[in-house]
Amino acid sequence: MVVPSLKLQDLIEEIRGAKTQAQEREVIQKECAHIRASFRDGDPLHRHRQLAKLLYVHMLGYPAHFGQMECLKLIASPRFSDKRMGYLGAMLLLDERQDAHLLITNSIKNDLSQGSQPVQGLALCTLSTVGSAEMCRDLATEVEKLLLQPSPYVRKKAVLTAVHMIRKVPELSNIFLPPCAQLLQERHHGILLGTITLITELCEGSPAALRHFRKVVPQLVEILRTLVTSGYSAEHSISGVSDPFLQDPQGPVELKGRGKEALGSQPDPSRCSPQRWIFLLSPMTPYPMSSSIFQPLTQPQVQILRLLRILGRNHEDSSETMNDLLAQVATNTETSRNAGNAVLLETVLTIMDIRSAAGLRVLAVNILGRFLLNSDKNIRYVALTSLLRLVQSDHSAVQRHRSTVVECLQEPDTSLSRRALELSLALVNSSNVRSMTRELQGFLESCPPDLRADCASGILLAAERFAPTKRWHIDTILHVLTTAGTHVRDDAVANLTQLIGGAQELHAYSVCRLYSALAEDISQQPLVQVAAWCIGEYGDLLLEGSCEETEPLQVEEEEVLVLLEKVLQSHMSLPATRGYALTALMKLSTRLRGDNNRIRQVVSIYGSCLDVELQQRAVEYNTLFRKYDHMRAAILEKMPLMERGGPQVDEEAEESKEARLSEAAPVPTEPQASKLLDLLDLLDGTSGDSQHPPLDPSPGGTLVHLLDLPCAPPALAPIPNVKVFEREGLQLNLSFARPSEIPALLLITATATNSSGSDVTHFVCQAAVPKSIQLQLQAPSGDTVPAQGGLPITQLLRILNPNKAPLRLKLRLTYNHFGQSVQEIFEVNNLPLETWQ
Amino acid sequence: MIKFFLMVNKQGQTRLSKYYEHLEINKRTLLETEVIKSCLSRSNEQCSFIEYKDFKLIYRQYAALFIVVGVDDTENEMAIYEFIHNFVEVLDEYFSRVSELDIMFNLDKVHIILDEMVLNGCIVETNRARILAPLLILDKMSES
Repeated sequence: MVVPSLKLQDLIEEIRGAKTQAQEREVIQKECAHIRASFRDGDPLHRHRQLAKLLYVHMLGYPAHFGQMECLKLIASPRFSDKRMGYLGAMLLLDERQDAHLLITNSIKNDLSQGSQPVQGLALCTLSTVGSAEMCRDLATEVEKLLLQPSPYVRKKAVLTAVHMIRKVPELSNIFLPPCAQLLQERHHGILLGTITLITELCEGSPAALRHFRKVVPQLVEILRTLVTSGYSAEHSISGVSDPFLQDPQGPVELKGRGKEALGSQPDPSRCSPQRWIFLLSPMTPYPMSSSIFQPLTQPQVQILRLLRILGRNHEDSSETMNDLLAQVATNTETSRNAGNAVLLETVLTIMDIRSAAGLRVLAVNILGRFLLNSDKNIRYVALTSLLRLVQSDHSAVQRHRSTVVECLQEPDTSLSRRALELSLALVNSSNVRSMTRELQGFLESCPPDLRADCASGILLAAERFAPTKRWHIDTILHVLTTAGTHVRDDAVANLTQLIGGAQELHAYSVCRLYSALAEDISQQPLVQVAAWCIGEYGDLLLEGSCEETEPLQVEEEEVLVLLEKVLQSHMSLPATRGYALTALMKLSTRLRGDNNRIRQVVSIYGSCLDVELQQRAVEYNTLFRKYDHMRAAILEKMPLMERGGPQVDEEAEESKEARLSEAAPVPTEPQASKLLDLLDLLDGTSGDSQHPPLDPSPGGTLVHLLDLPCAPPALAPIPNVKVFEREGLQLNLSFARPSEIPALLLITATATNSSGSDVTHFVCQAAVPKSIQLQLQAPSGDTVPAQGGLPITQLLRILNPNKAPLRLKLRLTYNHFGQSVQEIFEVNNLPLETWQ
Repeated sequence: MIKFFLMVNKQGQTRLSKYYEHLEINKRTLLETEVIKSCLSRSNEQCSFIEYKDFKLIYRQYAALFIVVGVDDTENEMAIYEFIHNFVEVLDEYFSRVSELDIMFNLDKVHIILDEMVLNGCIVETNRARILAPLLILDKMSES
């Protein structure tokens, strides 16, 4: 029994009629069985209908792989409706991973070369969506031919297919680069849009293409200018458009309502009233005056702006050409419509990315500021996002809009308030830190939970960087801990304790405040930890109650102990917190004046606690009470100030150690170096760096400088030797060499020769240079120059002078000659200019 | 680059889906349900742009239908927002006051319209007349 196959509409009706998921699945499975049977039978007439149903089912999420071969058959068929369905099926079902994929290559090739325009359009569309790399290589020449066809319909699709091909196979960009120049001349917006996308893709792919296309910047500027100034698309003017689809020889085409009529469903008379006809070809009728009059222009404008951004990045000349145009676009675009805002946004992004004039950048930031005041939340969102990108580079300009940004913190939409938060944190600086922190703290109290952690850590970071006074800093941290204690980072506790420890004058104040905060609430763990530590350290100050900055607090010893015990016993306390509390109790045993029975009791109870850490502590403290009571006071003394930020400090210390170790080559001269440094007064302030380079230009750093240097200028002329010292037969000559690959480096060889009758012994030469120049002395070849022209001593000096500062060299010589020790200090003043230019 | 284009109704049924980057079929349904969930949970005061994994979602609601476009980072959100409206206006013109049923029953036509406007994730044509012209010719051809 052959059940007649359903039309697509009927199938949809049936699926809609299914009440449950199971019923729907049943219907679909039955239909799929029919479809499979029909495919097997090979019924050509209804194949496309079956495929349509299959595609619908596929969209709902059911497997449809058995339709792949049918797609191929449909594509190969000469009927247009078959082809259409076949290509649609290919796009949806045949991606690169399917085996049947390659089989459509041949069909596409035929269609591209021989098909009519709609068929070519279909083929191009499919190729651009599912084309694999091999297919692209095979069909590249076909597509290139189509680029130059007269019909704009096919050309615009061919251009975008070219984009896809370049993405898949970058080598093909060579083929598609030359036609671009011609394509840019087109006035047809579809082609223009496609060409811009193509050029964008080419430029992103290779820097050579980028350079090539910089030449067309003026042309792009002109195109954009016409788009901006014309009221509607200029190419709607009467002449010049030879598009067969717009010039239908059978008369005016009725636009509205065609879809429904074609299907044969009941035409609603009221809907197809004659007044609704739009005569497309009449030259007197402008484009329909709907709200979308500017819409056709938005996309081309946005794309051109994006391309200009890529071309102008890091390139002065192109950026200059664009400056006027960008200013014009920025001021002339209507902001009442969304389309205008889209263009304005792209303009702003472009201005910020290229090397634009300062005035233009300020204009861009002001536009963003205006966006922030807009009532449309979408616009506020993009404004906040863009401002976030700009805040690093144009900090002062963005500062002007600070108050608006802070208002945006109150947005109901989380994504907006998150961005406002990030932006506010980025805008905090030393002058506005107090007011900003107040706002941010207000926000912290009311903000949604997912933003709390960021807000808290942001406030703490800002406080760390810009705190005007220590007391303010402590207050701020305290406030954050009480409001959002559970969301702060782990090192906040350490930071706070270190901070309090360092601020001696504020000990009393902090401990009073922490005590009151703790008395109110023992659930916020970081707060409790810090408070416990403080009470332990400064308990005596607390009991004195002598803090002038807050209201005087009369605290009894018992109260303190009770509070700490409460912390110990509370189930909300983490094990770490309990540890803090126990240690605090122990410290109080020395600070408090009363007897320690209570404390001893608590400590001994915890000696049998289940938590190993606590138990260990308690047992040790117990022992401290019993056996080592005489040492207790000493052990529990006030802690010294801790070193801040451990790992960082170690790294720097290691670096400086490394620096000194590798400078060990001129080790013999080291002891005298310090004396040398005293003697040197030719340099600004402290002396030059023969032995103690500052941390940055350590040899590791010097190497970095050397590697950073720009590459090879032409070889420099040799610098003449210079005689710098002569006394009783001992001569010191300097010869210079500059390695060609590092022009800022100068190698000086100091040669000491002896033409006298007596040996020169214990010869030591030291050198110093101005601070901006780096000097490295290498070990001399020896310290004795034999008499009568014996073997000279040579020593190599390496001078690095990247700033081309005037080279001044001061030398100090010590030696024994003729039985006397001689010491000479002098400045070399006949250095040739080439040594430092 | 546009990564996908979805039309999903409030009950979570997909009316149109077009992917410009390959995604397995089971991942697609997952994506669609998650996307519609995040769109439904947003109220009127919230903006139309959502960040979802490594896409940006731009959505607009028309009656009971959500049109969601997923793009990557390089696209201008406002331009895509405009584009969605453009698309709906084209549909409106073709179907004369388009409704969800029109889209459901003429899925292939809607696909063709979308293919005229977006090719491989890039917007190619926004001019209403040009987009609909080929379709009208085809309809006339199939009638005759």
